[in-house]
Amino acid sequence: MKDIRDALMVGRTSDGRLVHRPLSPHLQVYRPQITSVLSILHRATGIALSVGTLLLVWWLAAAATGDAAYAGVSAFMRSPIGVLLLLGWTASLWYHFCAGLRHLGWDAGFGLDLPQVHRSGRAVVIAAAVLTLLTWIVGLAVM
Amino acid sequence: MSETAKSSALRGAAKSARVHVMRSQLGRVRGLGAAHGGTHHWWAERLTGIALVPLSLWFIYAALHLSGEPRSYVVRWAGNPINAALLAALVLATFHHAQLGLQAVVDDYIHHKRTRLVVLLLIRGAAALLALIALFAVLKLAISG
Repeated sequence: MKDIRDALMVGRTSDGRLVHRPLSPHLQVYRPQITSVLSILHRATGIALSVGTLLLVWWLAAAATGDAAYAGVSAFMRSPIGVLLLLGWTASLWYHFCAGLRHLGWDAGFGLDLPQVHRSGRAVVIAAAVLTLLTWIVGLAVM
Repeated sequence: MSETAKSSALRGAAKSARVHVMRSQLGRVRGLGAAHGGTHHWWAERLTGIALVPLSLWFIYAALHLSGEPRSYVVRWAGNPINAALLAALVLATFHHAQLGLQAVVDDYIHHKRTRLVVLLLIRGAAALLALIALFAVLKLAISG
């Protein structure tokens, strides 16, 4: 036994024979690929958006509370931290939106060949970047 | 049964198994994944995801429309029943979807049973509470301003 993890690699087949099972390598062994990176990004943006709902709730609650509360949330969203959070929130939303559509396409059985997966992955990144940029151009114009 | 008939029957069975059964044999026997259940969770995640496609597009539009406006304008806007209903739908779909997504992450990465249960309950509680706060805010805006 070269590695202590070898102990976990011993298994039995359904007819009882002992077999030496292969162990999947650790995460850092794999070269990052567009498939794995985008998958991780989908989760990361999902978590970020979940935290970002706090901003939505604060905004709604402040609007329902009164002028002073609403002025507070408005001032926060215009502060450097607020703008940075909103920028991250829009980018996360657009990425999760586009990647989510890609997932729904897969669920319906479309685009599952590897070349198509690579192409749709690139399309999702470009679309999310363009939509984020457009949102901010419009947002800064109307502000 | 002749040898060729037998092998062609086996091939047929293998082929139909490939088409109809997407899960591993072990997974079928146990009927469980990391979450100890799952079709309902999976469906609810897709359905809320589909609902959020038009709702988030609408919300981005609404947020840009309301950006920089005073509270009186936001109150008038939310007094429109269509806007209030869409806001309420957005809140419900968002928190349901977020809670399902976070549960999948917790199921994958927290292996200790009791810790997992506690974290899942905290996520559900927080999601329910935040959704209620947002809903009551929408209702108040819509009804009394």
